[in-house]
Amino acid sequence: MDIVEILFSASFWAAAIRIASPLIFATMGELICERAGVLNLGIEGIMVAGAFAGWIAVWAGLPLWGGVAIAMIAGMGFGALHGVLSVLFGLSQHVVGVGITLLATSLTFYTYRVALPEVSTPPKIEAFKVLEIPLLSDIPIIGQALFAQTPLTYLAFGLTGVLAWTLYRTPLGLAVRAVGESPASVAVQGLSVAAIRMGAVIFGSGLMAVGGAFLTMSAFDSFFFDMVNGRGWICIALVVFGAWRPGKALLGAILFAAFDAFQIRLQQTGIGVHVPYQIFLMMPYILSILALVLMSRRAEVPAALMVPFNKGER
Amino acid sequence: MIDTKTAQHPVLRLSNITKRFGKVVANEAISLDLARGEVVALLGENGAGKTTLMNILFGQYAADEGFVEVFGSTLPPGSPRAALDAGVGMVHQHFTLAENLSVWENIVLGTLPLFGRSLAARTAKDKIRALSESFKLAVEPNATVSTLTVGERQRVEILKALYRDAKILILDEPTAVLTPQEADGLFATLREAVGRGLSVVFISHKLHEVMAIADRVVVLRHGKLVAERATTDTSRDELARLMVGGTTKAPEFEARRAGPALLSLDGVSTLATKSETPLDQISLNLHAGQITGLAGVSGNGQATLSDLISGLIAPSAGLMTIAEGEISAWSPRVALGKGIARIPEDRHKTGTIADFDLTENAMLETYSSQFANRGWINWRAARKHADHLIETYDIRCPGADTRIRLLSGGNMQKLVLGRVLENNPRIILANQPVRGLDIGAVNYVHARLGEARTAGAAILLISEDLDEIMKLSDVVHVMSEGRLSPAFARGSIDAVGLGAWMAGDGFEERAHHAS
Repeated sequence: MDIVEILFSASFWAAAIRIASPLIFATMGELICERAGVLNLGIEGIMVAGAFAGWIAVWAGLPLWGGVAIAMIAGMGFGALHGVLSVLFGLSQHVVGVGITLLATSLTFYTYRVALPEVSTPPKIEAFKVLEIPLLSDIPIIGQALFAQTPLTYLAFGLTGVLAWTLYRTPLGLAVRAVGESPASVAVQGLSVAAIRMGAVIFGSGLMAVGGAFLTMSAFDSFFFDMVNGRGWICIALVVFGAWRPGKALLGAILFAAFDAFQIRLQQTGIGVHVPYQIFLMMPYILSILALVLMSRRAEVPAALMVPFNKGER
Repeated sequence: MIDTKTAQHPVLRLSNITKRFGKVVANEAISLDLARGEVVALLGENGAGKTTLMNILFGQYAADEGFVEVFGSTLPPGSPRAALDAGVGMVHQHFTLAENLSVWENIVLGTLPLFGRSLAARTAKDKIRALSESFKLAVEPNATVSTLTVGERQRVEILKALYRDAKILILDEPTAVLTPQEADGLFATLREAVGRGLSVVFISHKLHEVMAIADRVVVLRHGKLVAERATTDTSRDELARLMVGGTTKAPEFEARRAGPALLSLDGVSTLATKSETPLDQISLNLHAGQITGLAGVSGNGQATLSDLISGLIAPSAGLMTIAEGEISAWSPRVALGKGIARIPEDRHKTGTIADFDLTENAMLETYSSQFANRGWINWRAARKHADHLIETYDIRCPGADTRIRLLSGGNMQKLVLGRVLENNPRIILANQPVRGLDIGAVNYVHARLGEARTAGAAILLISEDLDEIMKLSDVVHVMSEGRLSPAFARGSIDAVGLGAWMAGDGFEERAHHAS
């Protein structure tokens, strides 16, 4: 009874889409990196940095979209560092990625302390407001879920479409896919493997940071430590779940977010009285693992993922 | 006549190219001209510097000295893009195709401005279809590369060059992976292209191909250009001498009577896997004192059969018998215990451990039986064993404590050979035992296998080189798509006949007769 009621409520689906939005940004960012053959484990730290950079920029007086741009630039900076180490120097992508996550996270907290030395509760900003799209938002359930969101959510969905189109319909997308499959085949066609991979890692990292900024500028209106809370790692799983395809990864993000929204509501029902709430918190993760096991069996991993390419090596 | 043509219109000129890798000089002051519509063969043994030279021409390596001129203008070193733009196309020995992309995507990659709006798929596919028709390079533009045969992949590689309107085509060992019939098709395509003014550099170490396709032959040895001959003025014998730098005597193999079957497969099949072709009800007898040759294009189940006999996988159906004992539990250790000696296909990956020294590599199969005492390794005995192998098998190395990765391919293979032959094996699985070796080492390995045959071992020789198969084998089988042809006795079938079975023709006829 309770469960059916939850599933048919507009507020549940609206929450699912809202929770999915930062995941969509970061998942698309990771997807671009991996399609180009670079596993970016810096994602968690880059999201933290993006969440902070966007929020502090707005707090310092920039407009909201200016904050988004600052977050993106911060992410691209860390992406450039990742690219130099993993692509140009060909270092282990695992080590570089974990290093970037640790560096970005601690650098963020350090900057926070330097910028706001005396503050015990972080200041609030005027976050993105819900922008209801006329007519469309009047459709029952779906309207409130899809068309009564903040502009950043619309951007996330639009981005996925543009990304899919670019990946499969343009020379740039073909080059990115090829460089993740067989860098040698790209090199002999006269393109620079390093440039394409660097570009992908930098742009992808920028998107991850925007995903982080969604948390401080749209979902909430302030910055807290541990705000990202493992979302980056979830996005890495979502890329696998989506079989490295933008559309499927988008669905994966929504599915995961729906589990999350569902468990919050389930805690408040009759079942919540008898079951410890930690069980509910685990639910999305357990279901993700199950979905991952079922979905990724026949997924086609980019063949050159995590394989550095050294020109002129014999 | 050819010489004047070259002097007047060189489309390509290599001038004094020198390239070093560390202390090794891969190319030393090589100069070479190519005329319009000419086919030059670059002949040389493995390691003579042919591929390095072509990689310099194509801009993948930058030369330490010298320069490359195409149509009179110098190419900037180290830029494949510049080479492509100047009209140079290269078909690499190891194909450079993205497997999960389609044929047309592989071909158009890099031909459009990176930030262009569209791939213009329809135009591209039409152009590819037109090219493949006019050059007899049948391939479907929409097919995914991973579904293509090796021959088809090579056609895609050639189309990549033609699509860019290449004027100079470099082919690196293009027939290494083809059946004789496919090679004939390739030659027909090349003649067609040359007739239209394309110039070709053809890299090979197979003399009959070079004589068949080239106008002029350039011989490389140890990184130096040692001779240049018009094909009309030379012979296979002379080229062989030039290539090797002297004469080496190949061992002779005369027919022998077979002993009892030491290993028998009766209707054996294996389970399908992702990467290897499974065996499809094959029956095979390996007799004592005989070399059984297994021909076929690689990837048709040879690796599976090799894994099966090595003990890495077990049959899913059928019967496997060794010395009249039926095999139930089957593992690499059991296989070793049954006296099966293995010369693996890839001596770098599975034959040796690169960072172990010779002593350790020499005892990989026997460390726990021969060189262990109550769980402790007897290093003194192990070292003595390694020294013995170095002495007996003429392994050139600074000492038994040298890491194996520092050895040349030939010396590495001698160690692998010595490791297995020292135990007087009854059954020898030799998978591509001479791949990548120079002629001296090839003859050495063949002679040792011949001695093992005389000593009564049953030998299975797996090779893609039909000349090798036909020279050594007492009986020959052909594998195609996991199926095994009937046995052909020495001299009862020629390369063309084997080629037909390699392409799968004989199997269809046999199935037809059976039904």
